[in-house]
Amino acid sequence: MAPLLEVRDLQTHYVTFGGTRVVKAVEGLSFTLREGETLGIVGESGSGKTTVCQSIVGLLPAAACIVGGSIAFEGRDLAQLSQREMRHIRGAQIAMILQDPMASLNPLFSIYRQVAEPAYYHLAVRGRSLRERVRELLNAVRIPSPTMRMREYPHQMSGGMRQRIVGAIALAGGPKLIIADEPTTNLDVTIQAQYLDLLKELQEQTGVAIVFVTHNLGIVARMCDKLAVMYAGKIVEAGSVRELFDTARHPYTQALLGSMPKLGSKEKLLAIPGQPPDLATLPPGCAFHPRCPEALPCCATEEPGETQIAGTWTARCWRAAPGAAATDLPKEAHVAAAVGN
Amino acid sequence: MARFIIRRTLYALVTLLILSLTIFMVIRLTGDPVTLLAEPGAHAEDLDRIRAEWGLDRSWPVQYLTFAKNVFTGDLGKSFNYDMPVSTLYFQRLPNSLELALAATLISFLIGIPAGLISAVKVNSVWDNTGKVIALFGLAVPGFWLGLVMILVFSVWLGWLPTSGQGSWQHLIMPAVALGWYFAASLLRLTRSSMLEVLRSEYIKLARLKGLPGYVVIAVHAFKNALIPVLTLAGVNLVVMINAAVIIEVIFAWPGIGRLLYEGIFQRDFPLVQGVVMEAGIMIVVINLTIDILYAYIDPRIRLTR
Repeated sequence: MAPLLEVRDLQTHYVTFGGTRVVKAVEGLSFTLREGETLGIVGESGSGKTTVCQSIVGLLPAAACIVGGSIAFEGRDLAQLSQREMRHIRGAQIAMILQDPMASLNPLFSIYRQVAEPAYYHLAVRGRSLRERVRELLNAVRIPSPTMRMREYPHQMSGGMRQRIVGAIALAGGPKLIIADEPTTNLDVTIQAQYLDLLKELQEQTGVAIVFVTHNLGIVARMCDKLAVMYAGKIVEAGSVRELFDTARHPYTQALLGSMPKLGSKEKLLAIPGQPPDLATLPPGCAFHPRCPEALPCCATEEPGETQIAGTWTARCWRAAPGAAATDLPKEAHVAAAVGN
Repeated sequence: MARFIIRRTLYALVTLLILSLTIFMVIRLTGDPVTLLAEPGAHAEDLDRIRAEWGLDRSWPVQYLTFAKNVFTGDLGKSFNYDMPVSTLYFQRLPNSLELALAATLISFLIGIPAGLISAVKVNSVWDNTGKVIALFGLAVPGFWLGLVMILVFSVWLGWLPTSGQGSWQHLIMPAVALGWYFAASLLRLTRSSMLEVLRSEYIKLARLKGLPGYVVIAVHAFKNALIPVLTLAGVNLVVMINAAVIIEVIFAWPGIGRLLYEGIFQRDFPLVQGVVMEAGIMIVVINLTIDILYAYIDPRIRLTR
């Protein structure tokens, strides 16, 4: 069966200062997603996660542009579609949940109207059946007494409720894919857990695929089947959540996992030294090498390609590359690698 | 809420007190009105008699207190020149000023809001730059100059419109454009910035993500939000246009409040000038007070500030 979403070699660049400054926010990114699957995209701020989402839904900022690659959704390349054609896909086929529930709802329109819009415009539902549909959606996201609540306005709702309403809006057009861009960052921890459970449950009921963008690896472990780790606009390691959590091969993935606090552990938390690179002036070779504890001489000069480790598990690292190992490795690196393991 | 209203009302009264003191003293700096009221070459006794008749022989503090007491009881005094109560004169002229101000508001809406909207939606395009130039001219070119140029072009050269006076709708066009011009520019700028702010908001992003048609996103979701500050400004503008269109009304001989004030100043008609300024001041203060209270009613953050 063909995948639902197949992103191939996507390149999205920001061109500013009249073309003199090119920021390669996303550079040669590929992943696939099947129906009902959940993919987690993790990375630090500025690694290009949000740009990937915006590229898929076709709502990039004015300075940004998809310069290469394809985004095949059910066999159609979204990168080639016009804005008019994309409009019929957004909200109907692909929905998105934004970060800030307090700002995502229009303060001047009733909850009913805001939830009803996707069904009204994409599914041509009208009148009594539209009211019924909104009621069902609000029920599905566990808004108490939906008949009464849908007449109210956003300021009368709590943050958690608003984010659930945003969830109802995402489901309203009957999408096959939901992109959730850090949907729980602005919620209380207790509300976060409830919200994630709710999303999981809705996914089981509707079979919708989810792309989950986050920097919280705990959420990935809880929600996702697959994981893609982004660094400086590229996926440095991708695979199933189990594979990556057990035996990550890329030093960056290892460092991210090491920086995650574990309950009951007395081990010191590892911080990744340095800052993410400026995407307009990337270092030569592997973009991570200045911060990498296990960098090899070749890392500073040549960029590693994608190495298949097993099945769908891939990594972009000289250490994971077959053959590239042993001979190039200086003594200290062996020691470092041994300590790292 | 009650405390908020009481505090704001006190502020309003203080504003009016300062206004009344200022206008009372400033108008007395223009000179002795009695010399204009009497025949040229009148005897000193006659002048004194007139002075006593109008209470001008008393000291300034006494005159001020009488004036302030009368304002409180709703009596603005009697005009020297017209020998009529100032309130009667004011309310006679009010409909004319209102007509002109409403026409000017309509024109400022028709130019300012669509142009501001286009500027914001097509930001940094040719349209936006055109809008910016219009706004700059609107704010920089004085209304009286525009009025004179229009009289020259449309009345003198082309003969399409009457030069001045009131009567038909043709009489209304030029003064309304000259008056609305500045306000159109200020509305344009506010609509543009308000719209730009709304278009950057998350809820507009979500509206686009829902796949709504572009016109629904712009005209319904964004515009409704952007309109709130614009309407507030328009309300204040209208009050200013009713009461302060002095120069435009003089140029076009429009029998409104501005012209009444102008005549009062020239005739050193103290009660008339004081009365008109106080009426305008009260109207502006009341409108602002109402807007403040309405905002507080909508926004709990304002309401709860002590």
